[in-house]
Amino acid sequence: MPTTRIAERPIDVNDEGFLTNYDQWDEDLGAVLAGYAGIQEMTEEHWAVIRFLRADYPARKETATLRRTATVGGFDMKRLFVLFPGKPAKKMSYIAGLPKPKGCV
Amino acid sequence: MTAPIIPDFGGTPAAPAAKAPAKKASAKAAAEPVAVAAEAPKRKICFIASKGNLDMAYPALIMANAALGEGIETHIFFTFWGFDLVTERTMDSLKFTMLGNTAMHMPFAKNLPIWSGMGALPGMTTVATKMMKGQLDDLEIPSVREMLEIIVASGGHLWGCKLTFDMNGLAEDDLYEGVEAIISATDFIELSEGAQVIFV
Repeated sequence: MPTTRIAERPIDVNDEGFLTNYDQWDEDLGAVLAGYAGIQEMTEEHWAVIRFLRADYPARKETATLRRTATVGGFDMKRLFVLFPGKPAKKMSYIAGLPKPKGCV
Repeated sequence: MTAPIIPDFGGTPAAPAAKAPAKKASAKAAAEPVAVAAEAPKRKICFIASKGNLDMAYPALIMANAALGEGIETHIFFTFWGFDLVTERTMDSLKFTMLGNTAMHMPFAKNLPIWSGMGALPGMTTVATKMMKGQLDDLEIPSVREMLEIIVASGGHLWGCKLTFDMNGLAEDDLYEGVEAIISATDFIELSEGAQVIFV
């Protein structure tokens, strides 16, 4: 597993660049990651989604898919595409410092 | 400082070019809109959903949903039996039959094939459908209607085939509301220009 430097800190990532250590993340880092994912400004609405993903992960050891974020987290699917345009699931999980979701749906 | 390892988020306008050689101090660079990364042509996928059995409804729906999550322009063209997926009267009661399917196995003994001809027994389609729905539920796979709702909410486009529409004597009211229009084969060929087309 490579280590990279993000925001002046050493961060463990996988070959693709997704963070591999849940505990290396905090919201300051999340804001920097958001920049890399092309999100200029993280609003409270963005953070609400990221916090849901962070809270949902530990018990399942799996990142919530878009559908789970919508059904369990109660977020509107259309909004997720607006907040994290292009590749929402990938961007959301990256900003949250979590692996890419594995689920198909 | 070497550039950090970051995933490829595609050519979204604001994404800092991960592979740009001269990347300046991170926070500022990240906040600056960077010229759109040397554009790969934008990917586009069209599915042709031609089957109306429950098991054959899912391949296009699941792949279309996955494609949308990857930021790919996605269309589904419903034709022939596939029209049942977007016909209000039928879309919630698609069925699965064992008949003609040689890939069936006993759920409790995977090495034991099931004779597909058993599907001809009265009631077998109902039983098989119920079992398949149970398996889909266990995996938390949404119903066909819910999959379509997700696809539409994610920006996917649904199209109905004109020939099938006429052949089945349907009216606009019979259609699932997410269908954008009834289009001809020629329309579809035009629409799918430059797309990867997947026939299901």
